Amino acid sequence: MKTEIICSGFGGQGVLTIGKFIAQAGMKEGKHVSWLPSYGPEMRGGTANVSAVVSDQPIASPIVSTPDILVALNQPSIEKFAPHIRPGGVLVYDTGMCPDGCKRTDIQIISAPISSLAKEIGSDKVVNMIAIGMVIGRTNVIKYESMEEDLTSFLKERDPDLLEKNLIAIKKGMELGKA
Amino acid sequence: MSKVLMKGNEAVAKAAINAGCRLYFAYPITPQSELIEYMAKMMPTVGGTFLQAESEVAAINMVYGAAGAGKRVMTSSSSPGISLKAEGMSYLAGAQLPCVIINVQRGGPGLGDIQPAQGDYFQATKGGGHGDYRLIVLAPSSVQEFADMASEAFDLADKYRNPVMILADGMLGQMMEPVDFKPAKTDQEIEAMGHQHESWCIHPNQDGDLKHHHEINSLEIDPVVLEKHVTKLYEKYAQIEANETRHELYNINDDNEILVVAFGTASRVVRSAVDELNAEGKNIGLFRPITVWPYPYEELAKCIGPRVKQVYVFELNTGQMVEDVKIAVNGKVPVNFWGRVGGMVFTPEQIKEKLQACF
Repeated sequence: MKTEIICSGFGGQGVLTIGKFIAQAGMKEGKHVSWLPSYGPEMRGGTANVSAVVSDQPIASPIVSTPDILVALNQPSIEKFAPHIRPGGVLVYDTGMCPDGCKRTDIQIISAPISSLAKEIGSDKVVNMIAIGMVIGRTNVIKYESMEEDLTSFLKERDPDLLEKNLIAIKKGMELGKA
Repeated sequence: MSKVLMKGNEAVAKAAINAGCRLYFAYPITPQSELIEYMAKMMPTVGGTFLQAESEVAAINMVYGAAGAGKRVMTSSSSPGISLKAEGMSYLAGAQLPCVIINVQRGGPGLGDIQPAQGDYFQATKGGGHGDYRLIVLAPSSVQEFADMASEAFDLADKYRNPVMILADGMLGQMMEPVDFKPAKTDQEIEAMGHQHESWCIHPNQDGDLKHHHEINSLEIDPVVLEKHVTKLYEKYAQIEANETRHELYNINDDNEILVVAFGTASRVVRSAVDELNAEGKNIGLFRPITVWPYPYEELAKCIGPRVKQVYVFELNTGQMVEDVKIAVNGKVPVNFWGRVGGMVFTPEQIKEKLQACF
């Protein structure tokens, strides 16, 4: 079983972090993982994307061209990558940032006003956690428990309040993903 | 030890420190800047010396000095910066000084761009600096292998008193994969390693009368003496060629219809295409040189099975390693080449298309 993921959005939205958390969780579950960012002379507001692969077998190409899952946090990301999602694959996107959505009918589309939901939870920072939750809710690429463990070890001492908001955000995303 | 998710640039830096490297001199350049950043942060914590030199030229000459003192020393850069180090690398090879040089390649020529490329193959394996010399050149294809090569590179450098280059690229430098690190060498082990070069290196002359006086130099004005020296270097290179080639075989068998050759991260992309085609009933073998100097010519020649109708080489350049492949194949079957350049990386689909056209 191999899952290929692309996360894409504006620089500063935390799309690279989404990929990193998924790869980190996959690694903790004993899987092979790779994380390959786009890098270049970009600034906040420019485009950023990351290819992440989670697999039971050693990973050959870390470059993803036909993703099983696309997480899009802005409209240009949908234009660029959604046409390449494998039929039956998953598109997660933020309706607030992607007004035109996606016209494909042969993929599973999960959309929500992710940025506004993050504000409701109480922090702009949890946008990427809602998105990860949506992925976990729909697919079995990684487990919620791995995310919780990872976030707890990272944030428990440093910022317990943000930890709680992150976990609420993932659970909210999972509800949306399951729907 | 449990695995950690790390960028190639950081993993190789950590592995170098674990291998006993306590001296590192470099000048920043993308896409290897995380390497110098990691060294800046971590070297002081292990009692080592990190120094950001005023230029690449200065950094490689600091390496010359430290290597002359018999210590494990490293520098790193990316393509244009490696060109600046070329003069120093020739001096290091001439003076037979062990050190490790990392090249996280980017697009060229000139300043080029900062995306992954393999355009420095000729420079790394066929000289780069002036004069008759060879670097031992290792080409990693995963973050784990990149990290493992740090200690291997230092061991080879010490064993042969020769500079060793790790030839990576921007993709490997920037990507994260899980890494298992070898245990770090203890202070005692590092101290002991420090004595292994005392027969030739510079160290404090405590006994007076030039008893421990060693000269480290690449200048020899008498041609008779210089010829002897260069001949001695060549005998050493012949030994390295005989003993140190490394390679990896993937699905090599007597029924291979095509033999594919690729190195570094490019070989990973190629492997995905090979996997897909083999799942569709084709039979393609993949040969990956791990040392690109010395090049595993004989091992490659052995992989041309009875049913192989052609060898296909894929590189992120306009065709450099393909020349070594042609030497190995020696006219037995046709050798095809396809590559992408300018920092553009081919996709598995593109490789698949090229290979499908062969059937």
